[in-house]
Amino acid sequence: MNVDILTHEKSISKTRARMAIADCDIHPSPKSVEIEIFPFLSKRWQEYMKTYGVIYRQGFPTGPAFPKGQPNAARRDSYPTSGGKPGSDLAFMQSQHLGPNNIQLGVLNPLQCAQGVQNQDFSAAYCNAVNQWQIEQWTSKDHRLKASLMVPYEDPLASVKEIEKWAGNEHFIQVLLLSRTAEPLGQRKYWPIYDAACRAGLPVAVHAFGYGGAPVTGGGWPSFYIEEMVGHAQNTQSLLTSMVIEGVFEKFPTLKLILIEAGFAWLPALSWRLDKLWDRMRDEIPHVSRPPSQLIREHVWLTTQPMEEPEETNQLLDTIEWIGWENLLFATDYPHWDYDDPSRAMPIKIGKQQKEGFFLNNALKLYGLDQ
Amino acid sequence: MPKYVIGTVEQIPPGNRKLVEIRGRQIAIFNLNGDFFGILDRCPHQGASLCRGQIVGLVESEEPGEYKFSRQNEIIRCPWHGWEFDIRTGRSRCEPNKIRATQYPVTVNDKDQLTDGEYITETFDVDVEGQFLVITV
Repeated sequence: MNVDILTHEKSISKTRARMAIADCDIHPSPKSVEIEIFPFLSKRWQEYMKTYGVIYRQGFPTGPAFPKGQPNAARRDSYPTSGGKPGSDLAFMQSQHLGPNNIQLGVLNPLQCAQGVQNQDFSAAYCNAVNQWQIEQWTSKDHRLKASLMVPYEDPLASVKEIEKWAGNEHFIQVLLLSRTAEPLGQRKYWPIYDAACRAGLPVAVHAFGYGGAPVTGGGWPSFYIEEMVGHAQNTQSLLTSMVIEGVFEKFPTLKLILIEAGFAWLPALSWRLDKLWDRMRDEIPHVSRPPSQLIREHVWLTTQPMEEPEETNQLLDTIEWIGWENLLFATDYPHWDYDDPSRAMPIKIGKQQKEGFFLNNALKLYGLDQ
Repeated sequence: MPKYVIGTVEQIPPGNRKLVEIRGRQIAIFNLNGDFFGILDRCPHQGASLCRGQIVGLVESEEPGEYKFSRQNEIIRCPWHGWEFDIRTGRSRCEPNKIRATQYPVTVNDKDQLTDGEYITETFDVDVEGQFLVITV
């Protein structure tokens, strides 16, 4: 009579979103690396991985530097009935998330695997394997889902090769980087990646997290997971500032940048500060020919999850006005614990056009799927 | 308000929980050492099924470095965002006056206390012996 509801009973969202939704941040996992990823890795790298494991660019921990708020960082009701990790079973994802929430477009962002790996050749092979796996296990089986092109970003030339290999492939709709890189992302080392992405017509997405070797904060290693959670915002502000100030958007005028899971309410304040200082120090960076806020408005999109939740909900509208309604992309972060439910994430009534843009059309337009 | 018989006391041993549906409402029933509580199975924050959360205790601190652990197994932690709700009151730990889970009183009744007409027994057959759980919705 007392069923083990934590693991064995299917949990389906009761709230049915009426409108179609684009979810710009879904995290798929392999059921097992050996079963699902190894078929796409050469014997050399299979043996390497079995013997030496995966060594990330960070200190001593073998997993993420900060343990998560829930096991596997996952909703406790997202464990597939078939067993395995959250996000590892397409049928379960369809019945728990894609169907009930009427997801028309779901963008897959595989995490904690091939990127930030110290052995560059292994990172490149692993990224390629994960790219093949996304098509094999996910996007070819459910056309609502689209893949992210994983690149070994600390080796930009290998990254370019990977982008060129897949350019024009309809399964991939963005190039994926993680936010914590070895150097600030605006630096010239990374420019070949932006060049290749532009040539392939793909936006570059940067998901919070990763293994760069540096602390998540500008002030050292914090003690608590909650500090890492808020640290993503400052870490992402640093990489965005770097990209603006180094002149990435001047050099690559067609580049589209998507910042995933780092919050968004900080953007107006950062833009104001950048504009103010640009007015005074423009001659230090003469290659930045326009106010930073303009470059950001034209080149940068942000996913909404984890949604900002001010006590006065109207302040959320002000914040979004300052950023631009067209620059936000709805995301749930399924199956992670800080998931935003589409029926509850927007706490106030907004106009039809704004709502459709926020939940669907901004993403379709950005990814060129609105034709 | 209508009362519904939802099962026998033996069906939800101490520390356990059960999800029942009454008039289309999902309600989570908890047994805290013989005290029974009913909470609408819908987190007031974003609507997750509270019944699928973890039952935990209450950690409090008077100052950094000091911890007090109490109320073991009396707090339900939302399976999504981890909001903590007091199973006895439905109130959230962080915003007790603003965010609270809807509660429904659950009582324990002997069979002879179940008067015909007053209780709606459609959710449970009361032919068996024992003590029955009755919820008011």
